[in-house]
Amino acid sequence: MTTDLTRATAAELADLLGAGTVSSREVTQALLDRTAAVDGAVHSYLHVDGEGALAQAGEVDRRRAAGESLHRMAGVPVAVKDVLATSGLPTTCGSRILDGWVPPYDATLVTRLREAGMPILGKTNMDEFAMGSSTEHSAFGPSHNPWDLDRIPGGSGGGSSSVVASFQAPLAIGTDTGGSIRQPAAVTGTVGAKPTYGGVSRYGLVALASSLDQAGPCSRTVLDSALLHAVIAGHDPMDSTSIDAPVPAVVEAARRADVSGMRIGIVKELTGEGFQAGVQARFEEAVQHLVDAGAEVVEVSCPSFSYALAAYYLILPSEASSNLAKFDAMRYGLRVSPEGVDAPSAEQVMAATRDAGFGDEVKRRIILGTYALSSGYYDAYYGSAQKVRRLIANDFAAAFERADVLVSPTAPTTAFRLGDKLDDPMAMYLNDIATIPANLAGIPGLSVPSGLADEDGLPAGFQVLAPAMADDRLYAVGAALEARLTAAWGGPLLDRAPDLTEVAR
Amino acid sequence: MADLTRADVAHLAGLARIDLSDAELDRMVGELGVILEAVATVQQAPIADVEPMSHPMPIVNVTRPDVVRPSLSPQDALAAAPETEQQRFSVPRILDEE
Repeated sequence: MTTDLTRATAAELADLLGAGTVSSREVTQALLDRTAAVDGAVHSYLHVDGEGALAQAGEVDRRRAAGESLHRMAGVPVAVKDVLATSGLPTTCGSRILDGWVPPYDATLVTRLREAGMPILGKTNMDEFAMGSSTEHSAFGPSHNPWDLDRIPGGSGGGSSSVVASFQAPLAIGTDTGGSIRQPAAVTGTVGAKPTYGGVSRYGLVALASSLDQAGPCSRTVLDSALLHAVIAGHDPMDSTSIDAPVPAVVEAARRADVSGMRIGIVKELTGEGFQAGVQARFEEAVQHLVDAGAEVVEVSCPSFSYALAAYYLILPSEASSNLAKFDAMRYGLRVSPEGVDAPSAEQVMAATRDAGFGDEVKRRIILGTYALSSGYYDAYYGSAQKVRRLIANDFAAAFERADVLVSPTAPTTAFRLGDKLDDPMAMYLNDIATIPANLAGIPGLSVPSGLADEDGLPAGFQVLAPAMADDRLYAVGAALEARLTAAWGGPLLDRAPDLTEVAR
Repeated sequence: MADLTRADVAHLAGLARIDLSDAELDRMVGELGVILEAVATVQQAPIADVEPMSHPMPIVNVTRPDVVRPSLSPQDALAAAPETEQQRFSVPRILDEE
């Protein structure tokens, strides 16, 4: 077991805390010190709450000393994506329009973190309202990839991926509308899971696209993601789309890591052409590892996936244009008066505020959504996209007749350079090609590191998809692969990432 | 497929209550045109007679018990308001003057 508390896994920390070997205050302080040393270079956080985290840690230590029965994760710190409402802590969603907003309530999943006694270290950076694949659309500047500070950490949850990859937190909360947990995990050599839609409450999650959004765990190991998944999942009466059923046994599946006899389906449309050679090579090796571990491989075809990106970029903007209508400059958030107008009307103030408060990508998607939903175009665009969505769900249903899980590379390439795709929205959207189908169908997905691409030495990700409410299978496959790859590498992949305290100097 | 004109985008921005500058309008016409051409491919999918899907989970009519539960205090609800007056949200005029 490692002695550096910042490099310990969440599972290790939980054991150390439970045994009384270390205090939560010591762990929390070590992570805050790490943030002070490296976050100037990485910029994972929009807000660090050192005082609050240490107070929560001290309270857990006091309760443990008093002999209270605590949650197994009590005292293990966590970072939270800035799209989740946290009472007393700023929640900006990476947008000027919410700069300085402090919500008067906690999201349900934040309540569950607090109830488990997990200190909240701070709020992580993201593309504005989770629209993007690089964090470059954050109004507060991008986060940087710890493997190469000139490259993107993925998006929208690049703050959460980089915060765990740079050892500033063992765990982070992400949200995934089209891949915003899985793609950042892939490009930073970390693990991230999108639970089944409805598996984790959306109450207090500032909505991007309500029928696609799902919060989930980010971490450095598969077991750690499962442990966090188990804390935040479960039915919530405050979210009418929350599933009223037991949480899948994700922790047990991650511990067993058993894939013997499992049928692994390779999705023909999500491999090969369009995928970077090194990403594809690591994917094929990973599949072989699973075969060696006793799994059986089948090839499946999902022909409708070729329309998934188009359907997604109609459904998402449509829902977003409606959800973001609430930013009206009246009840909370920014209010800007139009220049040169005496006694402006509420509508004029609203329009001036939304122009000043929203970034380019948000404006593009709101206007696209407004168009797709407008009378005369609704059937051609939004209506057609909803039909394609059905075809994609049908393709998954047929594929899961033949396979227990489906696999693909998580993202088509390794991390690209900051700025490379900023002026080409369609090129940016193509990053989500392999992750989007799961959101459209509501099924769970996980990304686990598959190694470094030969051509650039940067991390690639392996995606596992399972039927709705079979989230446990993701963790079984992810943990089995992780165990074999870690043995082959002679240690965790992140051991090969640059030393940021040297780079930051 | 309809091509988006600059006037179309200006109209949509008005509907979406975003006061775009001339420079933003110029840029967005081109960008939206490219995106629209890509997303319009949904119309080429074999979707005749396919039932639209609006939501991943077939959950309907979720209700809660009709009981009072705690809610935000007026102070909490107004705490982040740009402007308040007499324990209310204060907003700009909502009617035209003429």
